[in-house]
Amino acid sequence: MLIGKPPDIPSSAITSKDRYLNRRRFLRGAVSGVVATGVAALGAERLAEVFSPRIGAMAGTKLETVKSPLTTTGEQLTSYDDITHYNNFYEFGVNKDEPAKNAGGLPIRPWTIRVDGKVKAPKTFDIDTLLKLRPLEDRVYRHRCVEAWSMVIPWVGYSLSEFIKLCDPLPSAKYVQFLSYYDKHVEKWSLDQAISWPYSEGLRMDEAMHPLALLTFGLYGEVLPNQDGAPVRIVVPWKYGFKSAKSIVGVRFLDKVPPTTWNDQAPSEYGFYSNVNPNVDHPRWSQKTERRIGLPFYAQRRTTLMFNGYADQVASLYTGMDLKRNY
Amino acid sequence: MKRLTLILLKTLTWLACLGQFGLLVYEAVTNTLGPDPSSKIALSTGYAALLLLIVSLAITPLRRLSPRLSWLIKFRRLLGLFAFFYATLHLLTYVALYAGFDVNTMETDIAKRRFITMGVAAWLLLLPLAATSTNWAIRKLGGKRWNRLHKLVYVAAVCGVIHYWWQVKPGVLSPLMLTVVLGVLLLARPVLAWFQQRKACAA
Repeated sequence: MLIGKPPDIPSSAITSKDRYLNRRRFLRGAVSGVVATGVAALGAERLAEVFSPRIGAMAGTKLETVKSPLTTTGEQLTSYDDITHYNNFYEFGVNKDEPAKNAGGLPIRPWTIRVDGKVKAPKTFDIDTLLKLRPLEDRVYRHRCVEAWSMVIPWVGYSLSEFIKLCDPLPSAKYVQFLSYYDKHVEKWSLDQAISWPYSEGLRMDEAMHPLALLTFGLYGEVLPNQDGAPVRIVVPWKYGFKSAKSIVGVRFLDKVPPTTWNDQAPSEYGFYSNVNPNVDHPRWSQKTERRIGLPFYAQRRTTLMFNGYADQVASLYTGMDLKRNY
Repeated sequence: MKRLTLILLKTLTWLACLGQFGLLVYEAVTNTLGPDPSSKIALSTGYAALLLLIVSLAITPLRRLSPRLSWLIKFRRLLGLFAFFYATLHLLTYVALYAGFDVNTMETDIAKRRFITMGVAAWLLLLPLAATSTNWAIRKLGGKRWNRLHKLVYVAAVCGVIHYWWQVKPGVLSPLMLTVVLGVLLLARPVLAWFQQRKACAA
């Protein structure tokens, strides 16, 4: 007899679905509460770290990843510690060690990317939707900074082209612009420089559609730490690092070259293309060699490769172009 | 000033000036120079050189403020020579770790890159000053000529600050602090001279 039988468990005792789904967060909260009480004696700063950790709460979370044929082999990886404590993220300070200290306030959830410009219709993508869009791939890439230092980084993401297809760009879209998050209250260090924010970068459409261009969510199999451009960034391994915009909130399709931050700042030093090219010097230093991060001072120097070693894959994008003029 | 106080203060100055060098040696030996050791060595020696040069330029205006500060002169040569010491380390870092002892690279850099040209100029200006820093050289040159020669320190400091501005990316304002301090110290000289002249006239 089913009718009238009282449920075994009173509804008041059932954990709500919301609570159930958030049980890990609840546990983490409860644990950090207990821990916080414990360490309160150690001082207010330590306490603040527990409630709002300097490295975003998501950093270190494992991501489910698959192998990729587009990964770079035969290079020794730069350590996680160096990749996360030697950053150019000027919104959080100009010194390399500052972003790791200052980027804790970057609000990585909720997070959306606004897509507009030459598209069928403007759209907004949620970060958690983007994370599930395609399998996340492990892709080791060389990373060459325009300042002549380099790393080897195991990124996590999928080809930017997969995302662009979903944006429905119009045939008139020839360029794509990436806009980084900007809030002068969160990124007060940005005001110490005579640079106009938000940070903007851009690619030609065929460059953006190249399978090596990566929409990036993680490194070393884990969610990106804030200072490395959480929660989502661009990685273009054959170009100087500043082309790979961090913490993206806007993607705009255009029929002309978008304004980009460093190109606006000093056009003679930072071209729109900024392909890694040992034959074209930066006005202030040679680009023939680079310093590999994480090695002893006497062993850092190494030769810089054309297109950062990705010439076989990307050189065809630039056939017929004078790369000395279009630096 | 008592002899003992002077010895104590000089020892402390030596230790303070050698601090940065000692730290770099310790970090190099223990491999704790950080992610980019070459740039750490280059930046910290360059900064130490400029800072010490500017501190040495503060001595004269400070002494003019009060006769009771005249003993500060005993520290000027020490500070100036340490500035030259760090400038030389800075230059050697460039020669070894950046140019890889390659003469062609250095020639191109000096000819083509204005921030390197300016840095080399600053070092070359300091060289005769360091060479004539002994009591023997002062006697040999005579106080007046020695003083005139050592006016070059102002040019060297200005070159050093310009070198710093030309090295950072346009829009980065990190050299601002040292620039303002140097500006104040250079302006302090004519301003103090003018005040003293007025006092002398009134008396």
